[in-house]
Amino acid sequence: MGIPRLTPRRLRPREANPVKTPTVRRAQGAATPAAVRVGGRLADEVFRYAMIACGLSVAVVLGLIFYELVANSTLSLHQFGWKFFTSQIWDPANNVFGALPFIYGTVVSSIVALVIAVPLGLGVAVFITEMCPKGLRGILSFSTELLAAIPSVIYGLWAIFVLVPVLRLYIEPGLMRYLGWTGLFEGPPYGIGMLAAGMVLAIMVVPIISSLTREVLNAVPRNQREAALALGATRWEMIRVGVLRNARAGILGAVILGLGRALGETMAVTMVIGNRPEIAKSLLAPGYTMASVIANEFTEATGNLYLSALVEIGLALFLVTIVVNALARLLVWSVTRGLPARVHAQ
Amino acid sequence: MRNNIAPRREAGISWSRRLKDHLATFLAIAALLLVLLPLAAIFIYLVQRGVGSINWTFLTQTPKPVGVPGGGMANAILGTGVTLGIASAIGVPLGIGAGVFLSEYGRNRFGDAIRFTADVLNGVPSIVIGIVAYSLVVLKQKHFSALAGGVALGIMMIPTITRATEEMLLLVPRSVREAALGLGISRWRTTVSITLRTAAAGIITGIMLAFARVAGETAPLLFTAFGSQFWSANINQPIAALPLQIFVYAISPYDEWHRQAWAGALVLIVLIVGTIAVVRLIARRGLMKGTA
Amino acid sequence: MGVGIEVEALNAWFGATQALHDIAMRIAPNHATAIIGPSGCGKSTFVRCLNRMHETLPETRVTGKVCIGDMEVYGNGTPAVQVRRQVGMVFQKPNPFPAMSIYDNVAAGLKLNGFRNKGKLDEIVERSLRMAALWDEVKDALKKKSGASLSGGQQQRLCIARALAVEPNVLLMDEPASALDPISTGKIEDLIFQLKENYTIVIVTHNMQQAARVAEFTGFFLLGRLIEFDKTEKIFTNPSDKRTEDYITGRFG
Repeated sequence: MGIPRLTPRRLRPREANPVKTPTVRRAQGAATPAAVRVGGRLADEVFRYAMIACGLSVAVVLGLIFYELVANSTLSLHQFGWKFFTSQIWDPANNVFGALPFIYGTVVSSIVALVIAVPLGLGVAVFITEMCPKGLRGILSFSTELLAAIPSVIYGLWAIFVLVPVLRLYIEPGLMRYLGWTGLFEGPPYGIGMLAAGMVLAIMVVPIISSLTREVLNAVPRNQREAALALGATRWEMIRVGVLRNARAGILGAVILGLGRALGETMAVTMVIGNRPEIAKSLLAPGYTMASVIANEFTEATGNLYLSALVEIGLALFLVTIVVNALARLLVWSVTRGLPARVHAQ
Repeated sequence: MRNNIAPRREAGISWSRRLKDHLATFLAIAALLLVLLPLAAIFIYLVQRGVGSINWTFLTQTPKPVGVPGGGMANAILGTGVTLGIASAIGVPLGIGAGVFLSEYGRNRFGDAIRFTADVLNGVPSIVIGIVAYSLVVLKQKHFSALAGGVALGIMMIPTITRATEEMLLLVPRSVREAALGLGISRWRTTVSITLRTAAAGIITGIMLAFARVAGETAPLLFTAFGSQFWSANINQPIAALPLQIFVYAISPYDEWHRQAWAGALVLIVLIVGTIAVVRLIARRGLMKGTA
Repeated sequence: MGVGIEVEALNAWFGATQALHDIAMRIAPNHATAIIGPSGCGKSTFVRCLNRMHETLPETRVTGKVCIGDMEVYGNGTPAVQVRRQVGMVFQKPNPFPAMSIYDNVAAGLKLNGFRNKGKLDEIVERSLRMAALWDEVKDALKKKSGASLSGGQQQRLCIARALAVEPNVLLMDEPASALDPISTGKIEDLIFQLKENYTIVIVTHNMQQAARVAEFTGFFLLGRLIEFDKTEKIFTNPSDKRTEDYITGRFG
């Protein structure tokens, strides 16, 4: 053969590194206590079932919530049927209950909140991900995390003593004078009311929208941005075409998740919405939300029908937020492909 | 091929495009400022109106009747501790267990379903959870109790801890598990003594974040723990809690109580922000030594 | 004294893909046997079948017979855990337990299998670290330093010490030096040379010179089949199969 063979070098004598190998005692099974040998497999199975049980407990809890809500609202369900959700009359004294004012209040306050929070939240998210100098990023994201960490009751406390007076003295009169023609800003400027609730809700919802939008924007691959820039786009055009367009579904999901949070928010809203079960066109009028009526009247509910009506409102709130949250999660997952990753880290 | 392209203006970006670019940046910064404004305002007011009222009396005394000066929120601080303790007894084991399930046994459709369920549970309004705890515990016991409050808060802790545990366990590289299995360590032992141990620091921070979130919750306690003016650690009795007390004082018509509400709010926010800051510090030091 | 390994009709699958076809070989006790072959030929899979690590991956299947000494690895009554306690494994990328000290790393195999005797434990840890030629470098910081704070070569020797501490009969090494620098590689090879007096060693390597340096026997794998298995000297100077010759001389791989 013309091709040279690979000749192994002679193994060098190993005096260069004499490693003293201690005599190895061949005690067979010394490290394997007999009892452990058999029990291992059983223990594995027991552990696996225990963990599966823990996983199932999450589903069980959710099911339990649904069950308890239905079980405790049957009285009201039978008494009023579907009319419960279309009737405006909330009259505990005469045992007549209709939930429409609360549905209206919940929806309107949430819409007001979103109208304020969505542009703000998106703006903050876009700024932090695309425009912000690297050094500021940490502080800013920490600040939004802080906003999310402030408890609802503290927002409410601040709103009562700081926001509401400002609304009553300055903002609402101004709105009445300049925008009163819309019909949305009428009536005495109490300060408390739908607008106050919507504003506090907005502040509470912004961190959710912003942090989720950031997650979604970061999931857009770098090459999309680069493609836009390579075509000569300005930074804003790059963001609009290369990032936001790709992240549309996820951003929508973030907004819907914010909506979900706004729908269920209780304390801060209860403290500033005025707690009047009436439907009014003006945003300056007091209102009432589903969560607030439960918070305010649950412990004072006399009679089983009253309590049952409140639980039914809770049931409605539960179902609505589940649907909204599920929808939102699916939208976000479609962009981020569902974190965490599907395989263990290598 | 067109060879006679005469650019109508010098090559570059048109002024309208440049304007839009600047406008976008301007609006984004404006959004940022508008969001940071209430954050700053809240903290400033909290400190301004609360710090003067925090003193030894406030932290160690129980509330006095209206009109009598002094008194404090000692029982509320204790009550928060008690309810959180009960909540952890429920939330931590179930949460970690579910997280272990999702990470080690749940990389399949069933696991996906449970993961989704946990996310849904996370979004259930806290007042609804309060109703359920009322139905499960208060109705059976025929009275309000710390136990009921703890159950409500515990349920709320489960999804947060589950997610944190799963994420931390997934960060442990496969090679670490393989090393343990290769040594003849059984599967369950590997998960408990090796994988969980490696992820422990991260899981603990997840639990602390769950604490921070749940410590400020008021709605689920309204008709479970119910609140109290007395010093009590009895889990079968109504119990005070810091956020509850703040709420009751804030909506009352008494100035003295308003003052104490601000003080209580400051204490609460310090506890929560402190926890988060500690968590962030641990995270920066490197949660898991050497899994990189 | 030593135990040999007998493999008969070993087949292995990843899902629907067959990774090993009818492998049969006899691995001599107290010698080092090298497994060589191009990427993807099934070397790692083969070795992982010897200690039932292959089945820890999802959707895998193994048929055939493997006997380590008188223990039937795939026998009905043999738990996988028991097999793995008799067979030590060192992986390609060093994988010390990150949250544990050096001492705890070496002792892990023993402690987590129920070994309680503290005094004996100290002795075994020291002995294992000496066998792995790591003792002198770490003896002052056994409990203070974490396993992950050592250099790559030291980490790998730590993993060897950890494997040796449970007193296996067989040591499987899956490209143990491929992630290491040449000096560390040399130290590991010295180690293998010493260890094979007392252990049966199977070492997977893509480095033919390494196989030639440390192993008495070599098996050449290609596309999931064992092409040739013989004394190292013969494989590298006068292989029987043309495919072996082509691989050895660098025609492919």
